[in-house]
Amino acid sequence: MEVGQMQRQWVDYMRSLFMEGFLDDQFLQLQQLQDESNPDFVVEVVSLFYEDSEKLLNDLTKTLDTKGTDFKRVDAHVHQLKGSSSSIGAQRVKNACIAFRNFCEEHNIEECLRCLQQVKQEYCFLKNKLETLFRLEQQIVAAGGSIPMMELSF
Amino acid sequence: MGMAAEAQFHVLAVDDSIIDRKLIERLLKTSSYQVTAVDSGSKALEFLGLNEDEQRKANPPSVSLENQQDVEVNLIITDYCMPGMTGYDLLRKIKESKSLKDIPVVIMSSENVPSRINRCLEEGAEEFFLKPVQLSDVNKLRPHLLKGRNKEDQTINNKRKEMEEKHSPEQRIKTKS
Repeated sequence: MEVGQMQRQWVDYMRSLFMEGFLDDQFLQLQQLQDESNPDFVVEVVSLFYEDSEKLLNDLTKTLDTKGTDFKRVDAHVHQLKGSSSSIGAQRVKNACIAFRNFCEEHNIEECLRCLQQVKQEYCFLKNKLETLFRLEQQIVAAGGSIPMMELSF
Repeated sequence: MGMAAEAQFHVLAVDDSIIDRKLIERLLKTSSYQVTAVDSGSKALEFLGLNEDEQRKANPPSVSLENQQDVEVNLIITDYCMPGMTGYDLLRKIKESKSLKDIPVVIMSSENVPSRINRCLEEGAEEFFLKPVQLSDVNKLRPHLLKGRNKEDQTINNKRKEMEEKHSPEQRIKTKS
């Protein structure tokens, strides 16, 4: 595949991620902060997000499993995850966190468990999508091309 | 490069989230600011030269010790929600400190709570940014930084005048600043 084709594939893929709500404008903000002096900025931020999120999700799984759930602790973790997903433009993860927090407030353990599953699922979807995206980017760069700049409006 | 007329502005960023720290650091560096990022209010105060005794005391020392700041910080930008010392607590401690109260402080928060925003502004925060912080927000920092620099120059000139008058009480030399 030649570079132009790969770039078009990347644009189409990005567009679909936005259309399907996986990503929002904040992700574009991250891309705008990437340049020759910081060529891996987006991947670096996303890697930090993965590390942070996996820790939080593990802790949430443990905390919601035991009797006498500490809802304050659960809420604090979900708040953190909501913040970081918002910061990278991970819209669906963020929205799942918002729903989760509402049930935390109600101390509704059943719904919280369901929400945790939902957040985990959204996180997995996102991770897969971004891995595909970054793979495309690597291919473009390896072929001597540059990653296109997305416009902010569709 | 030689002597720069204006040194780069130095911003201290405070946020317990590693993702947000990376983001704010990049945003600030893109705007040509020098950045130091720390993960808590107490680390921020440590960096600013406020030792633990002063952190505990409600009142700053009556004798102003000018050695406090080994590093010059021109602006502090801090997250609101942090474990331990919140951004609001940090703001208060800075405003209560004789040596630090003139440093402009900006608060960031992921939650849009009007009472929270007002509280911070009333306590002396210059701006309140909603997260995620964007480049357009960071552009709003420049006037606060420039104002700080002008104030600093004025303070230095006033101090100089004070010193001169102290050393020659008989001769009231009127100097123009």
